[in-house]
Amino acid sequence: MSRHAVITGIGVTAPNGLGTEAYWAATLEGRSGIGPISRFDPAGYPVRVAGEVSDFTAAEHVPSRLIPQTDNWTHLGLTAAAWALDDAGADPAAFPEYEMAVVTASSSGGTEFGQREIERLWTKGPSWVGAYQSIAWFYAATTGQISIRHGMRGSCGVVCAEQAGALDAVGQARQLIRTGTRLVVTGGADASLCPYGLTAQYSSGRLSQGDDPGRAYLPFDVGAAGYVPGEGGAMLVVENAADAHARAAPVIYGEIAGYAATFDPRPGSGREPGLRRAMELALADAGLAAGGVDVVFADAAGVPELDLQEATAIRAVFGPDGVPVTAPKTMTGRLYAGGAALDLAGALLAIRDGVIPPTAGVTELAPGCDLDLVRGAAREARVGTAMVVARGYGGFNAAIVVTKTD
Amino acid sequence: MAQLGSFTLDDLKEVMRACAGVTESVDLDSDIADVTFEDLGYDSLAVLEMAAKLQNHLGVVIPDDVAEQLPTPRALAEYVNVRLAA
Amino acid sequence: MVNDRRVVITGIGVTAPGGIGTKAFWELLTAGRTATRTITLFDASGFRSRIGAECDFDPVAEGLSPQEIRRMDRAAQFGVVCAREALADSGLEEGAVPPERIGVSIGSAVGCTMGLEQEYVVLSDGGRRWLVDPAYAVRHLYGYMVPSTMACEVAWAAGAEGPVSLISTGCTAGLDAVGNGCQLIWTGRADVVIAGATDAPLSPITAACFDAIKATSPNNDDPAHASRPFDADRDGFVLGEGAAVFVLEEREAARRRGAHIYAEIVGFAGRSNAYHMTGLKPDGREMAEAIRQAMHLGRVDAADIDYINAHGSGTKQNDRHETAAFKRALGRRAYEVPVSSIKSMIGHSLGAIGAIEVAACALAIEHQVVPPTANLHTRDPECDLDYVPLTAREHPIDSVLSVGSGFGGFQTAMVIVRDRAA
Repeated sequence: MSRHAVITGIGVTAPNGLGTEAYWAATLEGRSGIGPISRFDPAGYPVRVAGEVSDFTAAEHVPSRLIPQTDNWTHLGLTAAAWALDDAGADPAAFPEYEMAVVTASSSGGTEFGQREIERLWTKGPSWVGAYQSIAWFYAATTGQISIRHGMRGSCGVVCAEQAGALDAVGQARQLIRTGTRLVVTGGADASLCPYGLTAQYSSGRLSQGDDPGRAYLPFDVGAAGYVPGEGGAMLVVENAADAHARAAPVIYGEIAGYAATFDPRPGSGREPGLRRAMELALADAGLAAGGVDVVFADAAGVPELDLQEATAIRAVFGPDGVPVTAPKTMTGRLYAGGAALDLAGALLAIRDGVIPPTAGVTELAPGCDLDLVRGAAREARVGTAMVVARGYGGFNAAIVVTKTD
Repeated sequence: MAQLGSFTLDDLKEVMRACAGVTESVDLDSDIADVTFEDLGYDSLAVLEMAAKLQNHLGVVIPDDVAEQLPTPRALAEYVNVRLAA
Repeated sequence: MVNDRRVVITGIGVTAPGGIGTKAFWELLTAGRTATRTITLFDASGFRSRIGAECDFDPVAEGLSPQEIRRMDRAAQFGVVCAREALADSGLEEGAVPPERIGVSIGSAVGCTMGLEQEYVVLSDGGRRWLVDPAYAVRHLYGYMVPSTMACEVAWAAGAEGPVSLISTGCTAGLDAVGNGCQLIWTGRADVVIAGATDAPLSPITAACFDAIKATSPNNDDPAHASRPFDADRDGFVLGEGAAVFVLEEREAARRRGAHIYAEIVGFAGRSNAYHMTGLKPDGREMAEAIRQAMHLGRVDAADIDYINAHGSGTKQNDRHETAAFKRALGRRAYEVPVSSIKSMIGHSLGAIGAIEVAACALAIEHQVVPPTANLHTRDPECDLDYVPLTAREHPIDSVLSVGSGFGGFQTAMVIVRDRAA
């Protein structure tokens, strides 16, 4: 019997909402979590607004022993994972230990934790570097801690592909389900909004220097001038469909029907980016025609050149105005490894509720970007199939198709 | 934190809380002086983290295999206290 | 694999301590020479462990352009140099395979930490400014922050436009990345995958974090003999650096083009101990489970295994953990099979070492020689297998097991066999 990967649990830690329902309510209402940076004084920085998860207090959500040994990024990931399992009604103790796994994406690891330790090292000496630097900073920290906390002893993974990583993680999770794993916690989170993290992100040349939180990140708009960085993300519980039915899982949000990843040609080649191909391959993988997709959650870089590439690819695949497109990340900023995971959560909630969340702030589409971009207010629609698109710095492209299950 | 020759169990508990947190089922305010760090939910990394803190802030050299040599809060606090007094 | 697509290694590139290139690497291993020494890459005088296994690597001599050298961290440079060596070794011409059918799967535990730390020191005025000065940020700083750029660099070097990823499961990242590369071919998502791993962790912050947990050897007076897996006198691992990258190909296509086939990768599995981020239980239970699963997928029995390339990091808990795992998974066969750790010679390069060990396995099959465990004079009484002390051994090798164990509790196993039709 063939094995199908379905999503049975969602956990969200987003700048505009802690918890899935808080996030979703804010997103449908167009409430943004972007604001002035509060974690440090950003006055001397070219970037001064961000999507901070400001109402998150680790001590309320993460066991006391784990807090000092992990970065904020892992606090957010651990919290989202626990919520996702809770949402799925899945008690890990009831599953065979080797048939549960964790695959998460990280784009930059425990940057803030690392900055603090490097500071101690260089100002005070090597003996001042704490024992926890060895397990808090590296990219695998979140996967490892989730695996330990929930007793998941299957094949665990960590994928880094900047903003595209979470879709690759979910793709790996689907592969694990197909080869016999029963439950996978997957998704992504990031939280690199410390001074050094922000500075490094700024060096990419893609960050918005706008001070107005409502106007700083305007993908596909004539005013697009970079993106706003954010923190947080989402974790999902993925299960084999038959097993989920057998245990009467409370909700089945949808099936991971198609996934593909591609990479852009070498810089300067002049050839078409790989994004269109990723979308087409994901559709083919799902056995669907473009017309079967009810909404596209766009990558929405907010960088004019990248927006144009994406709009061109969407129009090539779906035809002009062929599909509603949205970018709720305009209300959170780009969450890096957490971004596509959060979009996937949004896509599943859109399927559940028959509503497409809006893209905030965008008023006038840039030339070439004339998409059916859902703006102003959420749009009620029958959503049976959604595509999530993500691109990662350097040339990564990924697309996932999720479908409603009967 | 105590500075000179007066390092108490309470001082150590403060370091334990700050460096490594507290396991849910454990009450550090109860009589835990002779309970091993392991039974208090502190693994070797946690003990090394505490040891580094004590070493850096009080200037007391703590052995590498601290968890084996000084396995309880009382043993560690007394070790520190004796060396601070010296 | 329930699958008729098979994965073979047709090209190998290695940058390792003691010599650049596959040839120098294999010569070092078979001579049983050690490449561990006092750290020269930074001033380690204030450190508990001042020993490293460093690569004598000159990016100019290795053919990297000035722009490449400027924008790439040392680990990325290793990766690209290895990818080019592997591609040349495979004889695969650019254009012979459509770019969209070429994937990349590169592993790394700590990414571009070296570059990140160096730039931090500049921007923070030696650590004195928490609010670092963005005016001094170099353009490629973001490329250091996101380790995925290392996979991009390899993809550009290879002209790959299929699935590309950077796998970062700590110290099992090398095996996991190669395993992920196999997965791409087994499932039909790519026909060729440039897979491997790279790490350059010999920078102050990474050395300091292992100092802090007393994991690295403090045997500073005798660096050449400091990495002593399975020896009773071992006192921690020696931090190393390097990379290995492979050209993995679908076997039928490789045979059609008449490629030299080093070996076939037939099984790969990972398990996690869900116990502790750094600690291991002495029973080796989860690693044994990974080994059993990898053998099952590769349709290889314990009796078929001719050589085990151990994780062999040289920490007491690791050596006992995996010795137990081998016995648990292989039963009596564990006592009959030669087991060795090349970390005794080239140190532990974190995520990279798993890929470097795959190179050692492929070359062991190619040359029918088991590399030794250097510095093994007095066996730990609790480690009672045949660890091939000091001297390489000629040995008939058809099937090899390679294992990795890492922070996060990850345990990985891979089965590599001599090409069966060769």
